[in-house]
Amino acid sequence: MSETTSGAGPRLRAPVNLVSRRAIGHWALRAGLGWLVVLLAQAVPVVLAAGAPTWLRVTLLVSALVAVAHVVVMPRWRYRVHRWETTPDAVFTRGGWVNQEWRLAPVSRIQTVDTARGPLQQLLGLATVTVTTASAQGPVTIEGLDAEVAARIVDELTATTQATPGDAT
Amino acid sequence: MTPPLPAAPEYVEPAPEWGRLDPRMIVVRPLNELVGLLLPLFALVFVGDVNLVRTLFGAGTVAFVVLYGLLSWLTTKYRITDTQVELHKGVLFRQRLAIPRDRIRTVDLTAKLGHRLFGLTAVRVGTGKQERGGGEGVALDAVTAAEADRLRQVFLHRRAGAPEDGAGGTAENTADDGAPIAALSGSWYRYAPLSLSGLIGVGASVGFLMNLANELDLEFSEFGVLRSVYTWFAESGPGTIVPVTAVATVVLAALASLLGYLLQNHRYRLTRQADRTLRVRRGLLTTRSVSIEEDRLRGVDVHEPLLLRAGRGARLSAVTTGLGRMSGSALLLPPAPRAEAHRVAVEVLGERVDVPLRPHPPRALVRRLVRAVAPAVAVAVVLLGLALLVDWPHWPWVVAVFLVPVAALVGYDRYRGLGHALTERYLVSRSGSLDRSTVALRRTGIVGWKISRTLFQRRAGVLTITAVTAAGSGGYRVLDVGEAQGLALADAAVPDLLAQFLEHRAPES
Repeated sequence: MSETTSGAGPRLRAPVNLVSRRAIGHWALRAGLGWLVVLLAQAVPVVLAAGAPTWLRVTLLVSALVAVAHVVVMPRWRYRVHRWETTPDAVFTRGGWVNQEWRLAPVSRIQTVDTARGPLQQLLGLATVTVTTASAQGPVTIEGLDAEVAARIVDELTATTQATPGDAT
Repeated sequence: MTPPLPAAPEYVEPAPEWGRLDPRMIVVRPLNELVGLLLPLFALVFVGDVNLVRTLFGAGTVAFVVLYGLLSWLTTKYRITDTQVELHKGVLFRQRLAIPRDRIRTVDLTAKLGHRLFGLTAVRVGTGKQERGGGEGVALDAVTAAEADRLRQVFLHRRAGAPEDGAGGTAENTADDGAPIAALSGSWYRYAPLSLSGLIGVGASVGFLMNLANELDLEFSEFGVLRSVYTWFAESGPGTIVPVTAVATVVLAALASLLGYLLQNHRYRLTRQADRTLRVRRGLLTTRSVSIEEDRLRGVDVHEPLLLRAGRGARLSAVTTGLGRMSGSALLLPPAPRAEAHRVAVEVLGERVDVPLRPHPPRALVRRLVRAVAPAVAVAVVLLGLALLVDWPHWPWVVAVFLVPVAALVGYDRYRGLGHALTERYLVSRSGSLDRSTVALRRTGIVGWKISRTLFQRRAGVLTITAVTAAGSGGYRVLDVGEAQGLALADAAVPDLLAQFLEHRAPES
C-alpha cells in the first residue's frame, strides 16, 4: 500500500495486527445502506412520476455506478490498510483508505478505553475500541475488531493504564 | 523546659456556606443586557410612527429582562469547600456544577461596564477539560471586585500559599502586583490598523444599520446627510465612486480598529504573580484579568497575519488548558512589535523559541502552489464559461484571471512559512500565509501523534504530523514535512515512543 519515493531514513512500519475479515462485510453493508438512500431518493420519482426529467435518469445511473464501485473497492482497500497494535507503552493504529492516518497514543496518557457495538456490528460479531486521551483531537479508534479480541484489548489496556501513575494530561 | 506546643489548629477554608452572588447583580445583569438592546429598543419605540403596540413591546422586553435578572440572582448560589467549587444555578433548567479545586488551571475575571459601575467582577474558572462548543464552565457572575480577587488567589494558591494567607488576610493582599513582563506602549497603536478587525467592525455595523433601517421601514432620504450622500452616489460615475468609497472604507476601518485596540488593550499588563501564575490585565470599558497557571502552560502561539507581518508586528497567545478559545481569552500580547513578542515568549517559556526553522521539501512547495492556484483557475474557467454560454458580463472572469498570480504568490508564501524545529523543551512549527502562526509546544505536553497521508501526499513522499495535546486547540500540525524528516522529528520530540514503530530500510508488505 505504500508508494513512498524517499529511500533513506526511517519509515513508519505497519501495525502488526489485521482487523477481522468480517469488517469487510461491515464496511460494505454500511456504505451500501448509505447509497441505498441516495439511489431510492432518485429512483422513486423516475419510476412513479411520468414526467421525470431526463437528467434525473442520468444522475441515477451515475450514482448507481459510483455506488457499486465504492461498495466493491472501499471495503477491500480498507481491509488492507486498517491495522492495529498494542505494546506495553503505546497503542498504534492505521486507518483510512484513500487518505490514511496513523495514530499513536502512549499508554501513560490514556484516559478511557471504551468499546461500542452498533446494530450492524452486533450482527457480524464485531466491535469498535476507542482509546481517548486528554485531547479533543486524540481518540484512537480501532474499527472492525472481532468482539472477543476487542474485549481482550480493553482488559489489557485498562490493566496497564491503571498501573501507570499521573493524571495523564 | 517548655511544655509541648499545642498542635496548630488545622487550616480551614472560610466556612463552606452557600454564598450568593452580589445583590447588586439584580440591577447589573438587566443593565448589561439593556445596554446592548438600547439602540434597537430606542429605534423600536421612537423612530418612525410611535404607536401603542411598539411601546408595549418595548416595555415588555425591559420588564422581562429585569424579572429574569431577579430570578437568576435568586436561583444562583455557590460555595467553595476544601476540595471543590460548587455552583447551583438556572431559572428554567436547574444546573448543579462542581469542579475539584486541584483541577483549576485558569481564572478569568471580567468586568463589563455595568459591572464596573457597581464595583463588581465576574469570575470564570477553567479546568483541564477541553471545552467544546463554548460551554461556559463554572462562572460566578458576579461578585464584588475584592471578593473576585480573593477567589482568584484562593483558587490558584492551593499548593504553596494556602496556610499563610488564610483568615481574611487575602483581601488586603491585593497589592500583590506581580513582576511585570510586558506593558502596553503607546507606539503599539500603530499595529491596530494592520488587523482586519476594523474592517469587519465597519462592515458589521453598516450591515446592522441597513438591516435596522430596513426592518423599521426607514427611507434613507429622510435624513439630510444621508440624502446628500445618496444623491452624490446617483450623480457620480464609477470612476469617482470606487476610489472615494475605498478611501472612506480604509479610513473608517483604521479608526474602528484603533478604537477596538483602545477598548480591548487599554492598560494592558502581563505580570508573573508570586503564586506562579501569569496574569494578563487589559481593557478600557470591559476590564479583563486572566490568570494562567504556569505549570500548565503548554506553549505559546505567535500570530503574524499578513498585514501585521508586513508591519513587522505579531500577536502572542497562550497554549494552555482551561481557556475558551472565544473572545481572545488566551491572549498574552496584543499586536505589538515582533521583537517584543519574541521577548515575551522567552520570558514566559524560559527559552528562546524564535530559532531558525528547518524548511520542508520542495514537493511541499508544489503542493502549496497547486492548492492555491487550482481553485482560482477553476473559478476563472467557470466564469469564462458563464460569460460565453449564458450572457454573463465579461469582467468577472477577467478579475478572476488576475487573481491567479495573487493566489500563486500566497501559495509560495505559504511554503516559505513552513518550517519546524526542536529546542530543548519545545517543538516549534510554523505554517500559513494570511494567518501565519508559529506554535511552540512543550514536548512533555504531547499526548500522542496523528500522522496523516493523503493519496497525493503518499505520491509526493510527504506527510502531515499532528502533535496531539490536551491544551489549546488539541493538536498542532507540522504540515507537509518530508517523510523521513517528519518521523525523525516526532521520534526526537518524544523519546522512546515512535521508535518502536519505525523501520529503517525493509520495504513494507
